[in-house]
Amino acid sequence: MSKAVHAKDLNIYYGSFLAVEGVNIEIKPKTVTALIGPSGCGKSTFLRSINRMHEVIPGARVEGSLTLDGKELYGAGVDPVGVRRQIGMVFQRPNPFPTMSIYENVIAGQKLNNKRAGKKATDELVERSLRGANLWSEVKDRLDKPGSGLSGGQQQRLCIARAIAVQPDVLLMDEPCSALDPISTLAIEDLINELKTDYTIVIVTHNMQQAARVSDFTGFFTIEGTGKPGHLVEMDETKTIFSQPKQKATEDYVSGRFG
Amino acid sequence: MTSDTRTDTDRSRTDGELAEQAVVPMPLVRAELPRWAPWGILVASLVVVGGILAATGNFGIGLTLVLGALLYAVVTYVVSRSVEGGRKATDRVVTIVVNVAFLIALIPLISVIVTVLQNGIARFDGAFFTNSMRGVVGEGGGGYHAIMGTLIITALAAAMSIPVGILTAVYLVEYGKGRLARAITFFVDVMTGIPSIVAGLFAFAFFALFAGPGIRFGFGGAVALSILMIPVVVRSTEEMLKIVPNELREAAYALGTPKWRTILKVVIPTSIAGIASGVTLAVARVIGETAPLLIIAGLTTGVNLNPFSGRMTTLPVFAYNSYAAPGVPREPFIDRAWTSALVLIIIVLILNLLARLVATLFAPKTR
Repeated sequence: MSKAVHAKDLNIYYGSFLAVEGVNIEIKPKTVTALIGPSGCGKSTFLRSINRMHEVIPGARVEGSLTLDGKELYGAGVDPVGVRRQIGMVFQRPNPFPTMSIYENVIAGQKLNNKRAGKKATDELVERSLRGANLWSEVKDRLDKPGSGLSGGQQQRLCIARAIAVQPDVLLMDEPCSALDPISTLAIEDLINELKTDYTIVIVTHNMQQAARVSDFTGFFTIEGTGKPGHLVEMDETKTIFSQPKQKATEDYVSGRFG
Repeated sequence: MTSDTRTDTDRSRTDGELAEQAVVPMPLVRAELPRWAPWGILVASLVVVGGILAATGNFGIGLTLVLGALLYAVVTYVVSRSVEGGRKATDRVVTIVVNVAFLIALIPLISVIVTVLQNGIARFDGAFFTNSMRGVVGEGGGGYHAIMGTLIITALAAAMSIPVGILTAVYLVEYGKGRLARAITFFVDVMTGIPSIVAGLFAFAFFALFAGPGIRFGFGGAVALSILMIPVVVRSTEEMLKIVPNELREAAYALGTPKWRTILKVVIPTSIAGIASGVTLAVARVIGETAPLLIIAGLTTGVNLNPFSGRMTTLPVFAYNSYAAPGVPREPFIDRAWTSALVLIIIVLILNLLARLVATLFAPKTR
């Protein structure tokens, strides 16, 4: 159920503004790919274009080719809603639905889409997803309590449980740990390591240690200056990017000499 | 250590006073007025003002309170400044101003409730809720017909305005862009400012087209009220939908939820508490309308439960008419007018409590 993502000459626009230019990237199934780079360089924009969340912003569009296991994601007649069911997303700030309990939050994907399953099957799905997100032991006695009563780290793991409950092929994470303390961050990084046996994971992070810890491949994005489009400088195995990158810009960035 | 503090304050030095403070570090303990001081000064100010006024023969409660409050503020400032310093003195004076403003705002509210209770309680009896005014010329009678009229007309108006208003707000917040949305927003704003009599005249003119001049019926009143109600519902719902964090919408989209389901199952449930109180405010706004209903719903002394035929009295119209055109003797009519006002206030109160209930039942919970 894990699939590959392939971008070819992908240009991403906000209205007439070219935000990200000429991205060529191949993301292999069952790997963790980290996207690093300075703020505003288009990592998140690229990430959001993978599951067509990008176009939620009025005027946003893409040019070029983006495929999921060879199937064009921006082809004619492709329903963005269908794309998002296959490519899940975890956001920077934990965003459990405030009107729903922990239990309901986990099955929100099913609930919001009116997919009904038996009580037993649903219970199993909730337990499996929460176990998958390493949250089960902490919340199993209060599943009927609101999700917003959990701590920030727990909320983020609840959001991950919610994302994997719909069994996507690819899981996108947009700085999932930036609002969390080191211990919660560690919990989520462990979780990412476990999840990659089943999912293709793409994670945007500002924390280079995190990228080095969790990812198999790393892509470095940068931007020449304000108003210029961001672009992918290079993408390689994480080891290579952090030890002997091919580009000078990458080396400057990963060694902290950026500027 | 000391040199550190000095450089730190030097940077923010703007005038001589600050420079002085920079050399002498600010003390942590300062002189403070005793706890009883504000109350003591208040009582003393009132006694002094009252005494002076009584001595000059101009004593009056209102004047004493106003001048006493002024004296209280001035004395507090002077005393506090000499003991506690300027910042504390300003704090105390602003506290006084805020409290006085609050009390002034309360005066009309309490006065209305007390007056209506005093005058309305006399006829607040079983007969008022069971009898109409049919065949009543003096004592007795009641407002049953007006209560039913108010409930029917307001319920019809709400049934028409709430769906239209909420759907318009959903369109404006979730879908609308460009000219159409701007035009709708503009006309909603204009409609908010329509005098209620114009709404009544519109409904009258509109139904006169079909039914001929002189048409009067409850449904027409409901239409007039819904014209007044829709913009209020749109505005308040719009504000409530706008404060639903975008992250929740994105979370739902990312789970593969279509937009309409996101609105129905995430956006509206998240904001339902605010929408409910907005709707209640809108109902409260129109339930007391008199002018449009005088024109289109008319006036009757009997019970009419059919809004589509025949005149229908509402509580405000009943109160107005009892007061403006009483029979002989006058007293029973005036009493009934006050009681109608009391019943109207109670209905609005119940509506507010219901909205609170809805709000607490549906509000996002944290624990």
